[in-house]
Amino acid sequence: MAMMVIRRLASALVVMWGAASLIFVVIRLAPGGPAVVLLGPDADPEAVAELTARLGLDRSLPEQYLTYLLDVVRLDFGESYRLDMPAMEAVLNRLPASIELAATAAVIAVCAGLALGLLAGYRRGGALDRITSTLTIGLQAFPTFWVGIMLILTFSLVLRLLPSSGVGTPAHMVLPAVTLSLPFTAIVARLTRSSVVEELEEPYAGTARAKGLTDRQVLLGHALRNSLIPVLTVVTLQFGALIGGAVVVENVFAWPGLGSLIVSAVAGRDYAVVQAAALTIAGVIVLLNLVADLLNARLDPRIRLGNA
Amino acid sequence: MSGAMSEAIGLVRLRRGRPRRTALWIPLGIVSGYVLVAVLGPLLLGYDHVATPVGDRLRAPGSATANGTAWLGTDGLGRDVAAQIVYGARTSLLIATVAVTLSALVGMTVGALAGLAGGWSDVVMSRVIDVLLTFPGVLLAIVVAGLFARGLPTVVLSLSITAWTPFARVARNVTLSIKEREWVSAARLMGVPRLVILVRHVLPFVLPPIVVMATLEFALVVLAEAGLSFLGIGLPPSTPSWGQTVANGKEYLATAWWISAFPGFALFLLVVSVGLLGDQLSARLGRNSRSRTS
Repeated sequence: MAMMVIRRLASALVVMWGAASLIFVVIRLAPGGPAVVLLGPDADPEAVAELTARLGLDRSLPEQYLTYLLDVVRLDFGESYRLDMPAMEAVLNRLPASIELAATAAVIAVCAGLALGLLAGYRRGGALDRITSTLTIGLQAFPTFWVGIMLILTFSLVLRLLPSSGVGTPAHMVLPAVTLSLPFTAIVARLTRSSVVEELEEPYAGTARAKGLTDRQVLLGHALRNSLIPVLTVVTLQFGALIGGAVVVENVFAWPGLGSLIVSAVAGRDYAVVQAAALTIAGVIVLLNLVADLLNARLDPRIRLGNA
Repeated sequence: MSGAMSEAIGLVRLRRGRPRRTALWIPLGIVSGYVLVAVLGPLLLGYDHVATPVGDRLRAPGSATANGTAWLGTDGLGRDVAAQIVYGARTSLLIATVAVTLSALVGMTVGALAGLAGGWSDVVMSRVIDVLLTFPGVLLAIVVAGLFARGLPTVVLSLSITAWTPFARVARNVTLSIKEREWVSAARLMGVPRLVILVRHVLPFVLPPIVVMATLEFALVVLAEAGLSFLGIGLPPSTPSWGQTVANGKEYLATAWWISAFPGFALFLLVVSVGLLGDQLSARLGRNSRSRTS
């Protein structure tokens, strides 16, 4: 187990290094250097040269790359020129709101998805199964930004039940979290269904039935527990996609999270914030993948002993 | 991973009975309808996305305007919503077709080569994919599309950066299982060049799952493109697109709900139909490609 943890940690570090390099390449390839963006297109060429030197952009690329990597390790991405504060601080200010939203959406998705998946898997091929499978395809096809707007229209403007944007009360959380959770509900439901179907065909399920347990007891007492392993893993892995989806949803509901920060930073060419935010999200995802791996190994001895 | 996948494939085969015909023909009909509208619609409609007939602004669906009846209403600048949907269909389908074709070609080639060669090239490919997947696809698309020059090529590129990875994975896995078969070994022993082995003996088996994957990716790319234009990133405002129209309508939600509602529904209907089509294809071609669910 210890060996496995070390190996996974090492590969997580390699992936993180790759992610940092990718962002470096993208930012360097983008047209219009930071100096031009900061000073505007009409700036004095001398001022541009001076700022370029101060930002270290006149040095050779390998040199820039090395200093960049060192900065990344120290979590120092420089100042945000638009927000007048260290980029990392701006990101950390926004991170809790994003995590709060994504976590709430994940809880909704898991509860609803498990329920739907159990209902569908319980009677495979039955009417409920067919309804659920159509429903999940529909849920995954919803453009979240449009669903968000339609929910605002229905619940905020017509029924006047919930606030349409902003933060503060739990009521502010309802619409964004539900919107964000829809495609993930579908994913969890599909997975739970196939997992339950698979478990119900295992010999132990037959044994349990032979002992006289009802179908429902077999399902909830035996199959559900084993089905939870893949569901748990996928939910952990999908949390990254959830944060990605939050980028769009946050912009619909004016939710003050990382997503709205990134979009405004990209629009304003605030390179420091773009780098800090993108790498923070990548870091969270790498961490979650690691957790999913270890969780899986912990819960399923076959994985631990098999290919650790 | 591949073990779980082949198990899943077996399950799909078991669980699906004889595919029903309507389940294939209805989504196919809807998707063909979209293609027809996207290709022919702009030829029949005299619509100018840049013109702003403000005299007809915010008209309800069905009202008469200077340019005829606005069946789906007009937006805040007096532009016809129905016409924007038709032009948006063109933008959406064009971008998705190019991006998915590009991604499929790149992914298939890289994946098959890595699978066939094995060794370090396989490791490098897997690592590159791992790195790309540490960013949620939307995020990378936003960063690339937002920082590079606005326009269609940028959007296609930004969407393809992550879209090729599932193709590569599928192509690699199929290639790995094919390359141990007798006919491949026979060809190798006879001295057939590696490239010819790839094209004649491996790719024909890679193609069916790639086709299934392409339909599913198509739906995701359409959604991602709409998301980008909703955020105002990527396409210039002069190019009509569904995401942009939905975003424009948000401001007038209280008074003119139709601006956001109809283009979004058009988008939803297309994505659902493509998704159903993909499901049918995967049932028929006998391969479960839904394992990548996001």
